[in-house]
Amino acid sequence: MATRSEAGPTAYINARLLDPRSGLDEPGALFADQGVVRDVGPRLFNDGLPDGAEVIDCAGACLAPGLVDMRVQLGEPGNEHKETIETASRAAAAGGITSMVALPNTDPVVDDVAGIEFIARRAREEKLVKVYGYGAVTRRLEGRELVEMGLLSEYGALGFTDGLQAVADAQVMRRALSYSRTVDTVILQHPQEPSLATGAMNSGELATRLGLSGNHLLNEVIVIERDLRLVEMTGGRYHVANVTCAESLEVIRRAKARGLPVTASTAPHYFTLNETAVGDYRTFAKMTPPLRSERDREALAAAVADGTIDAIASDHSPHDQDAKRLPFNMAEPGIVGLESLLSLSLALVHGGRMPLLDLLRRLTDGPAGILKGRADLTPGLPCDLVIFDPERPATIDPDHFLSKSKNSPFEGHMVQGAVLRTVVDGRSIFTSDLSTPSGSTPGSSTPGSSTPGSGRQAA
Amino acid sequence: MQDFEAIARPGYRHRHLLGTEGLTPAEIGYLLDLAENYAVQDPRAHQHSPLLSGHTVINLFFETSTRTRTSFELAAKRLSADVINMSVAWSSIKKGETLIDTAMTLNAMHPDVLIVRHPDSGAVKLLSEKVHCSVINAGDGSHEHPTQALLDALTIRRRKGKLAGLTVAICGDIMHSRVARSNLHLLTTMGARVRVIAPPTLMPSGIERLGVEAYMDMRAGLRDVDIVMMLRLQTERMQGSYVPSIREYFRFYGLDRDKLAMAKPDALIMHPGPMNRGVEIDSEVADDIDRSLIQEQVEMGVAVRMACLEALTADLRAGDPRVPAEGR
Repeated sequence: MATRSEAGPTAYINARLLDPRSGLDEPGALFADQGVVRDVGPRLFNDGLPDGAEVIDCAGACLAPGLVDMRVQLGEPGNEHKETIETASRAAAAGGITSMVALPNTDPVVDDVAGIEFIARRAREEKLVKVYGYGAVTRRLEGRELVEMGLLSEYGALGFTDGLQAVADAQVMRRALSYSRTVDTVILQHPQEPSLATGAMNSGELATRLGLSGNHLLNEVIVIERDLRLVEMTGGRYHVANVTCAESLEVIRRAKARGLPVTASTAPHYFTLNETAVGDYRTFAKMTPPLRSERDREALAAAVADGTIDAIASDHSPHDQDAKRLPFNMAEPGIVGLESLLSLSLALVHGGRMPLLDLLRRLTDGPAGILKGRADLTPGLPCDLVIFDPERPATIDPDHFLSKSKNSPFEGHMVQGAVLRTVVDGRSIFTSDLSTPSGSTPGSSTPGSSTPGSGRQAA
Repeated sequence: MQDFEAIARPGYRHRHLLGTEGLTPAEIGYLLDLAENYAVQDPRAHQHSPLLSGHTVINLFFETSTRTRTSFELAAKRLSADVINMSVAWSSIKKGETLIDTAMTLNAMHPDVLIVRHPDSGAVKLLSEKVHCSVINAGDGSHEHPTQALLDALTIRRRKGKLAGLTVAICGDIMHSRVARSNLHLLTTMGARVRVIAPPTLMPSGIERLGVEAYMDMRAGLRDVDIVMMLRLQTERMQGSYVPSIREYFRFYGLDRDKLAMAKPDALIMHPGPMNRGVEIDSEVADDIDRSLIQEQVEMGVAVRMACLEALTADLRAGDPRVPAEGR
């Protein structure tokens, strides 16, 4: 495979084309020029390759729209010791993600135009993946006064959320949903009723055994049920992030059946792990909301497959050792997820739960649609692609993560699937070593031998 | 899931004592027998037992405690250990020095046994993974307090002659109690039937899965029990947060003559101390010398802690010429 990365005419040949939006799943090729998809299809280049085009031979690997990660914490501004926009962008590129959306719970909080502009400017400087941001729903995340939703939307805020905090006050939530209609944006809720959600892990036998305060799944359901009443009343668009339990899924399913403008997402750890991952106070398995029971894990996997869950997000939450090597109660929740998003999600395909095209929909067209964006292979759209081998075995090794923080509970976890190349606006911003044939030994680590700098030369 | 290694070789073969969960009946029996030896001796007679001579025991308490700390200190001194008491205000720890930093500092002091109390569940386990010596958990959050359970078991065994087959009721703030957890693991392991009694606001979810029966009606829970184990109710949980008031709690969950009458006629009363008279226990019952084992529990505390120190330092003495074999 060639390693040039200019955004000139490029032909991606011998690919398995996967475009969830159009339903395309066939061998074929894609042609891009000036950073834009020009043509795509099974019979493309039957009459020969265009003169002067760079040719990238995908050798039968999958070619899909770049992944859209709709829930990421960047660490910047304020926590640059945990992650920066640069390190997060490199990690995202290695994970096949071409667009990511940052939560506003930074320091300072993204609750004004300057905050949104800061993210956009820093992302332009890094010239790697596309970085977008949400605005806070309320000023300083205090849950009281609404931010300037209209102005922030004009400057690029893709939606509004108070990050890891729920908008707890019903009146504030009602007004946020109601006012959001003026700019047709979406309100994203963290489903945890703060007065109830004081527990460090899922309540039940294990929490009782460990002497940890329990967090009951109803803390989540209560928020969602209340919000859905407010959605019904206001007509505002509503998104539940980090859904973790079967009961929530039932509630969301019913709301969707009634035609309410509601969407939902979850993260791979919620359909990969259950509460037993906490084991002996493993703080890497501390999440918010917490990991639930096996029954809930099972229900989530089924809900991703049947579409109750519209999107899978990494819920990337970088934390340094000082924030995690603490007594369980005091440790920060969350894990890094950018580089394991695709491989962990592919387990749903390998496990026979859903077709590959459906899974990719949850990672591309699904989240993009929620945020009124596009992530598909339609000619005329930016050439944001991921080329991956869904079968390649690998063992997750956080030490090889490009993310600045390594807090992953998936160390040593065996997965199948590896990102081979990530393309943003026609430029390859990540390429892994393709010389290793598919089906290499499972002991090898996730391809980490990236050349993330290559994209910058082309700028 | 018995540990056959432990059964085949009597003794206590773990590096630390972090909890009673997972201990085998043989291990518990071994520790209790060891403690029994100390309990029958006149305290003055083995005041200068040279067992731990030249060894350092550090009492590291991140939570204020007089009784437990003193009990460990006395136990260590009776075995001739050098004892250092470190009390650390956890609030100041939070600001900068982490638990891991503390562990590194302690490693540099080369203690032989570290006795740790900490307000967070799991903190003692975390520390034990980072230090180079044996660790005894003297209470971590709401998780475990193994030496309390051992001294309770020894007290019961001395009075009743056995643990198996007894019915023990543990009453009070089960949710936040490390004493309750350590006791229920130990007692169920030894074949006793355990009931837990608490208002629903103080009963942790899934407790039945730990092999006990849960009651919210104290009278029903006390019916025909052999042992009534009362727990201390923390002041901050009394005033409307978990229970509406002290007097209401005492009315429904305080142990008085009336409720005690539900238990067997020879039922005995225990309390880990310090007691809140008029909150969880009536003075008349607490001070009944025929029924109350509360003083005896304190005495057994020192014996049990001597036994634990001996068991955890067995490897240190292997081939150690400083300690003659008969000194054990």
